Amino acid sequence: MPRYIATRLLAAVAMAVLASLVVFLISALVPGDPVLAQLGDIAASNPATVLETRAKWGLDLPLWERYGIFLNGLVHGDLGVSIATRRPVLEDIVQYAPATMELATVSFLLTLLVGIPLGIAAAVWRDTWVDSLARAVSLLGVSAPTFWLAFIMLAIFYGGLEWAPGPGRLDPIAFPPEGPTGLFLVDSLLHRDWETFWDSAAHLVLPAIVLAAATIGLITRTTRAAMLDSLGQDYVRVSRAKGLKERAIVLRHALPNALVPVVTLGGLAYANLLAGAVMTETVFAWPGLGRYTFRSAAALDFPAIMGITLVVSATYLLVNLLVDLSYAALDPRVRR
Amino acid sequence: MSASTIPAAATPAMPAPRPRWRRRLRRYGPAWTGGAIVIAWVLVAVLAPWISPYPPDAQDVVNRLQPPTTAHWLGTDVLGRDVFSRLLHGARLSLLAGFTVVLLGAAIGTTVGIVAAWARGIWDEALMRLTDLVLCFPPIILALAIAAALGIGTRNTILAMLVVWWPKFARLGRALALVQRSQEYVEAATVLGLRPSRILARHILPNTLGPLAVLVTLDLGNAILTFAGLSFLGLGVVPPTAEWGSMVAEGRELVEQWWVAAFPGLAILTVVVGFNFCGDGLRDWLDPKGRSR
Amino acid sequence: MDGSLPARTGATAADTPVLEVEDLRTVFLTDAGAVRAVDGVSFTVGPGETLGIVGESGSGKSVTALSLIRLLEEPARIVGGAIRFQGRDVLAMRGAELRDWRGDRAAMVFQDPMTGLNPVIRILRQVTEHMISHGRQTPAKARVRAVELLRRMGVAAPERAAASFPHQFSGGMRQRVMLAIGVANDPVLLIADEPTTALDVTIQAQILDLLRNLNAEFGTAIILISHDLGVIGTVCRRVAVMYAGEVVEEAETEAVLTDPRHPYAWALVNAVPRLDSPPGAGLTSIEGAPPDALNPPAGCRFAPRCPFKIAKCETDHPPLMEVAPGRRARCWVTADGRPLPPPPVAAEAAARTPEPGAPPLLEATGLAKHFPGARNSFFGPRAVVHAVNGVDLRLVRGESVGVVGESGCGKSTLARLVTRLHEPTAGTVRFEGRDITRASAAEMRPLRPRLQMVFQDPYASLNPRMRVRDILAEPLLAHGRAATRAEADSRVLDLMATVGLKPEWAARFPHEFSGGQRQRVSIARALALDPALVVADEPVSALDVNVQAQVLNLMLDLRQRLSLSYLFIAHDLAVVRAFCDRVAVMYLGRIVEEGPAIALFAWPLHPYTVALTSAVPEPGRERVILGGEPPSTLRLPTGCVFRARCPVAQPACEAPPPLAEVETGRRVACHFPGSFAPPGGKLGG
Repeated sequence: MPRYIATRLLAAVAMAVLASLVVFLISALVPGDPVLAQLGDIAASNPATVLETRAKWGLDLPLWERYGIFLNGLVHGDLGVSIATRRPVLEDIVQYAPATMELATVSFLLTLLVGIPLGIAAAVWRDTWVDSLARAVSLLGVSAPTFWLAFIMLAIFYGGLEWAPGPGRLDPIAFPPEGPTGLFLVDSLLHRDWETFWDSAAHLVLPAIVLAAATIGLITRTTRAAMLDSLGQDYVRVSRAKGLKERAIVLRHALPNALVPVVTLGGLAYANLLAGAVMTETVFAWPGLGRYTFRSAAALDFPAIMGITLVVSATYLLVNLLVDLSYAALDPRVRR
Repeated sequence: MSASTIPAAATPAMPAPRPRWRRRLRRYGPAWTGGAIVIAWVLVAVLAPWISPYPPDAQDVVNRLQPPTTAHWLGTDVLGRDVFSRLLHGARLSLLAGFTVVLLGAAIGTTVGIVAAWARGIWDEALMRLTDLVLCFPPIILALAIAAALGIGTRNTILAMLVVWWPKFARLGRALALVQRSQEYVEAATVLGLRPSRILARHILPNTLGPLAVLVTLDLGNAILTFAGLSFLGLGVVPPTAEWGSMVAEGRELVEQWWVAAFPGLAILTVVVGFNFCGDGLRDWLDPKGRSR
Repeated sequence: MDGSLPARTGATAADTPVLEVEDLRTVFLTDAGAVRAVDGVSFTVGPGETLGIVGESGSGKSVTALSLIRLLEEPARIVGGAIRFQGRDVLAMRGAELRDWRGDRAAMVFQDPMTGLNPVIRILRQVTEHMISHGRQTPAKARVRAVELLRRMGVAAPERAAASFPHQFSGGMRQRVMLAIGVANDPVLLIADEPTTALDVTIQAQILDLLRNLNAEFGTAIILISHDLGVIGTVCRRVAVMYAGEVVEEAETEAVLTDPRHPYAWALVNAVPRLDSPPGAGLTSIEGAPPDALNPPAGCRFAPRCPFKIAKCETDHPPLMEVAPGRRARCWVTADGRPLPPPPVAAEAAARTPEPGAPPLLEATGLAKHFPGARNSFFGPRAVVHAVNGVDLRLVRGESVGVVGESGCGKSTLARLVTRLHEPTAGTVRFEGRDITRASAAEMRPLRPRLQMVFQDPYASLNPRMRVRDILAEPLLAHGRAATRAEADSRVLDLMATVGLKPEWAARFPHEFSGGQRQRVSIARALALDPALVVADEPVSALDVNVQAQVLNLMLDLRQRLSLSYLFIAHDLAVVRAFCDRVAVMYLGRIVEEGPAIALFAWPLHPYTVALTSAVPEPGRERVILGGEPPSTLRLPTGCVFRARCPVAQPACEAPPPLAEVETGRRVACHFPGSFAPPGGKLGG
């Protein structure tokens, strides 16, 4: 078992390093001259200024040296400076991360609480209305563009029915809790600030649902398929021959086996969440990494884009690593 | 799936066969519906220049942000352009992008994957590492990064998506080919002394086409979603090109004038649903035959 | 001892039958109509009795078993008849009552031990959960009883086994666990559906022994389903033979085996090759296939294929009639009590002796093949699977050499080494005098037509997307045996005729054929290039008994007509004996004995051969139950590979014995050949 963990860890680290190389290469191969783009026409017409800026940014060094500097910077937490905000990218990321983490975590929990039971129900009551409902939900979740769904939900529940609060994490006039974590739910609880707690919770509802939609679709579908497969196995037939109650068979025999493919999907689902966060946060004016990504993309802020890509892929690798490790807990055949 | 479906009194009663059409409808209804949707949109895309009431770029600032009326069936956007016409033209771009990325990506990826599975050894390892590398990024983030690096524009976005798309098919092609490789009829072909090229082309490839077709169909929906997403972020198309994603972006803050953003997104939804239905139907159709004795 | 069951409440009268089945009818609802899988089956099982149900696939025997215990799933449904268990109406039970009865009073053991256990739950829980849920034991007592059950079923180290997961066990061990689960609540009736079909012969013997003991010691009534009459003969006193959803004969097993009264039972008994049949006797096979279960014929369902039919058989459907005291048969021909004639003895095949001094067609020396396995640890060495470990083989033109062994002995790998699908790790292979050990694909190509192969799985050995005529034409065109498509097509029709396939079937796809027909196509494909040697890897193992006989007869016929040589790999000893001139027995990648087929099976010299031949379930054969399991191929034992399980192992066996010639034409790898006498003296003649 320790070998299994060690192998996976080493592989993840290796992948992370290679990923950094990919990101570096992408940024280095940008067509067009970033220096000229930055300086503007007037300054760029002066060759001396151009050379100076090039040297300042280290663009006159050979490629592999630049990679070395890049890696070195990474290790020290230097992800470059954002062109738009003029701050170190890392600082930007640290500021915006908590908002996204809060949203992503709530969405993920929602996904698990809705998606898995729905998938199980669809499999157990196959070809009934439950199944049709589950498949419809799943289809819509997977097919609807997140950015559009966000807009529609906002338009209907905020613009039309006025049930939900508007965009943003809190009411425009409210004060954010001074918390250690930056997660408003947690912080307001810590300070026993109930009003802020409910406010931030209310603001979380719509974006969390929108963000979770695609993932719920995926998880429901996979859970259903995995449960159907599991329920068709011989050991389920043997369990019936033993005279066990149907509920025990579904939950204690079929489900543990079905979870393995569902967990595999965990990594993919997480990627969906990250991508969806970009769209959702933009529409809901959520001050998180997603909106930061949107702004950086719109402004072609390369250092910011590269920094985000690195951080996101590192997180993605980490999630996949956790998924790999959880196999050992779920499937005894893996623990050799 | 409880097993006690026996009539209470065990009297000999041969039940009538269930109506065939109902079962057929439930099984294949969605697939045919999906097919119809897809075909409808393809027709729209092809015929857009001829059936749209207005040119997609025609601005009419006086009549901007009008709700749906008889003159403008889906309303007008922020520059007074007809949403319906832009919608029709947007279909061309979305479908074109989706088909290009998926078909090319599948062709390249599958070929590479199958050849790697047959060649084994160092080529196989190298390919696996390469696909691992691309797959360790969430697809849209990587596409975003590449597209940003290459610059705005449809061609660059498609290129960026291609880079991100082919590894998935390489993986699948390789996995399918490996399964095929150990099949007895492939061993038989080797014993018969057939050339490897013939074995690959005649024995391995045709038997991988099934699962491949399913993935391609389902993925067309994904590709359209991704392309629209990238356009929404401002990376896809150059304004004033009509594209569904960028249209939603233009209208994303116009909660009052909801039609500007709602209809393009609805279009995306229907297209993707259509492909999903088709893909699911294809998968179901292939499965029992594959398992039949 | 703790863990014994409390006395059963509500004792029933001693002579109430355990199970009474009357006119059971089960159908499958399909789009085309109701398929009658079980069509009027009746039998009775008394307390402590053993009944076997035998039939080929499609006969309805498995569906009967599932019907008895009410485990049918849509679209199958019981539509008629009655089932009474100790007087209670089983068909009227619903919900909780049904669940109480299943797994407690009546239990079932299924065929495939590899999939019957839940891979993520420990063995202990899988054995105790229904003891607890039926209220038979407290959790603590259930644990004790579970370990005891495992011990009684012969699971080694039962405490440790209980704490383990299924994937850590072999098929034989898992089936023992399944048996333990079945008898956990001391059921009155145990239904076993083909419990040993997926197991090796020696392991099968162990499991059947267990079943017999269960019946003898605890009085558990057993219903054993199988396609193998021999298997049933070792456990069951009575047997019901099923065909096309009906019971066609019911009698004592001994009686059916010696004197069958229904033509189908007659065909079944005579189609099976036996180890003690006279040499050269052909296999009786009957052409045709079972009738369409949607629309069975009006008269007797076996009439279209029956060699004894009379006019009445085609019009009147015979009921089950008493033909002798305690015997019933569904046949007009034997209805008056007369027996059926014995099978015609085939003309003695011309004794084929290979040309003396002829150069060997195939010669293998010291062949070995090691496969890389999974890595145990990150930095540790890779595990190695030692599939073949030093095999010498010689085959002369005109000979038919068989290779037998149980799973894991390396015979399939050997077949692939000889045809150069794999490259040997060590040793040499010479074909027609040429060394092909390291030949590349291009070098092999001109030789391929002479060295062909037939595979085991009739479903996987044909490309599902190619029509038969393309499958057969492909090698002809690839090797230039036919210049045009038209030429190839005419050759294809010849080939199809040779193997007994109708020419109009040439445009069909493989999935439109039955298993036996597909195997004929495989054989035709192997013959297309006029081979000198055909390597047949378990060509009939996946086929029903009757179809197996048809295909074997075909292969024998072809051997005569085309002067083919065969390397015949199989695990079924009797089949090999019927087919081959010489036989080699493999164990753990080595040949342990080799010699002429008749002599080898009549007077086996190596202890493993003795155990193997005696384990074959034929009536009247005294079994040697070989303990233990074959060791893993990952770590080869030192010395003689059979040492750990050998009943006559001595300290001298620490040195590996060479394959040495003991008598003329017989080689044995044993220090003490012949020291383990087969029980009951020499076999057959």
